[in-house]
Amino acid sequence: MKDFVESVLRGIGTGSVYALLGLGFVIIYKATRVISFAQPAFMLAGAVLVTYLVGPLGFFLGLAAAAVLTGGLALGVERLAVRPMIGRPVFTVAIITLGIDIAVRVVVNAAIGLDVRQVGDPWGLKVWKLPGGVQVEQRHVAMVLTTAVLIALLFVFFRYTRTGLAMRAASYDQEAALAQGVSVGAVFALSWALAGALAAVAGTFAAVGGSVSESLWLIALTALPVIILGGLDSLPGAVIGGLAVGTVQELTATYQGSLPWLGGNISVVTPYVVMFLVLLVRPYGLFGTREVERV
Amino acid sequence: MLRVQNLEVVYDDVMLVLRGVSLQVPPGRIVALLGANGAGKTTLLRALSGLLGVHDGAITKGAVTLDEKPIHRLRPAAVVRRGVTQVMEGRRTFAELTVEENLRLGAHTRPKGRAEALERMYGLFPVLAQRRGSVAGYLSGGEQQMLAMGRALMSDPAYLLLDEPSLGLAPRLVEQVRDLIVQINRAGTGVLLVEQNATMALSIAEHGYVLETGKVVLDKPAAELLADDDIREFYLGRAERSFRDVKHYKRRKRWLS
Repeated sequence: MKDFVESVLRGIGTGSVYALLGLGFVIIYKATRVISFAQPAFMLAGAVLVTYLVGPLGFFLGLAAAAVLTGGLALGVERLAVRPMIGRPVFTVAIITLGIDIAVRVVVNAAIGLDVRQVGDPWGLKVWKLPGGVQVEQRHVAMVLTTAVLIALLFVFFRYTRTGLAMRAASYDQEAALAQGVSVGAVFALSWALAGALAAVAGTFAAVGGSVSESLWLIALTALPVIILGGLDSLPGAVIGGLAVGTVQELTATYQGSLPWLGGNISVVTPYVVMFLVLLVRPYGLFGTREVERV
Repeated sequence: MLRVQNLEVVYDDVMLVLRGVSLQVPPGRIVALLGANGAGKTTLLRALSGLLGVHDGAITKGAVTLDEKPIHRLRPAAVVRRGVTQVMEGRRTFAELTVEENLRLGAHTRPKGRAEALERMYGLFPVLAQRRGSVAGYLSGGEQQMLAMGRALMSDPAYLLLDEPSLGLAPRLVEQVRDLIVQINRAGTGVLLVEQNATMALSIAEHGYVLETGKVVLDKPAAELLADDDIREFYLGRAERSFRDVKHYKRRKRWLS
């Protein structure tokens, strides 16, 4: 029982990092209908920026500054490499984002250098003891709280602000949004900036309790099954998909010892198994919208 | 005055769709633009509202001026800000947003007067006030048309460009839409009304233009157009003449253009 509760808590913690990553993918997808494969690079860039900024600014300010900077980087990249491709096939743009990913990662890897770089978070691997002997790692609580705050902010932004509304409208019908005076170019730029900032936060939290290494970006790959099982164009889908994948992954990691014939690392595969099972039942993903239609 | 001067529009660098169109909409008046399918009516509206780029279209000659200032090189958002807003054919409401969100989006360029504008729209379209919280995709066709018009009016335009507002509506709803257009116009908004339903358009317009294959072939006060034999035959469905006269009309069209 203790093992079970602990691994669920761990799962929700790592799952919220997946949720943040997934949100970035979904925001870009909704605005531009492109899956941006550049997200892993922005995630790495954010984490590396934090390792540099944590000295002068402290962890929290450094994280905020890194998120803003990474958002700015993503915005610049969108302007330079993606905007000229408006109106071109989505596939072409997706391949361009792959190129961006590699380019940005090469630059960022050079900045990592040979030393161990840490994000300098206040939690490390410290734990809180709950009644019943259950231990919960502080970093996981911090991940959940941060994600919850960011989701609340995003909700308010998309629901109540003028720009958020414009972004939702543009994702539904770009030409109609243009006709109302929405600048669709600005919507594209903003969606990339938002996704970049979210990726930076996710990357930093993925590196909490360890160090920033070149292989950090691999975590972002897990975001692909997350968004697909959540339903590509659904923000709640990304969050719930992230939490589900994180939980299933941790539970498998805990209990895989009892199924030795599956091998030692089966938990790495579980996100894809979950995605496969969900898609069998719901081809649109859990929350993927079919069009609203009058019956 | 919204003025189109000798406008030439090309799609995909090859398809010449408008071939030197000139027309004008005086402030606070209703002007009707008639024409068959493919005559270039929608293209003309796109040229006015800056939406040609979306369709790979470009203005190759001529100008669109608003109060003598050219607006045909502006982006759509800038055109809306100067007071020209288009209601696109087929309504194009944001089906996933609520009625109120649709209207709020209409005021994107004018966030300051949004609250009052909302109240005005709910006064003008009481149906929308009843359904303000419901998702726009579930509205009926007539309600969606009103929502599209209301959304465009939220930017408080000096000129409203209406593309086929009667499309797919029952006769009684067409009448209702017609009355609404008159009401909107009385409040001081100039209207350029593109219609297939010529009777409806000419009954409320002051002036009318007939567009055919990218050229204005007739340009008369609406009352005269309503009485015009060619118009009666081709747009109002009165076929009392022989085919010799059809030929006559074609010939005349050539002289006019």
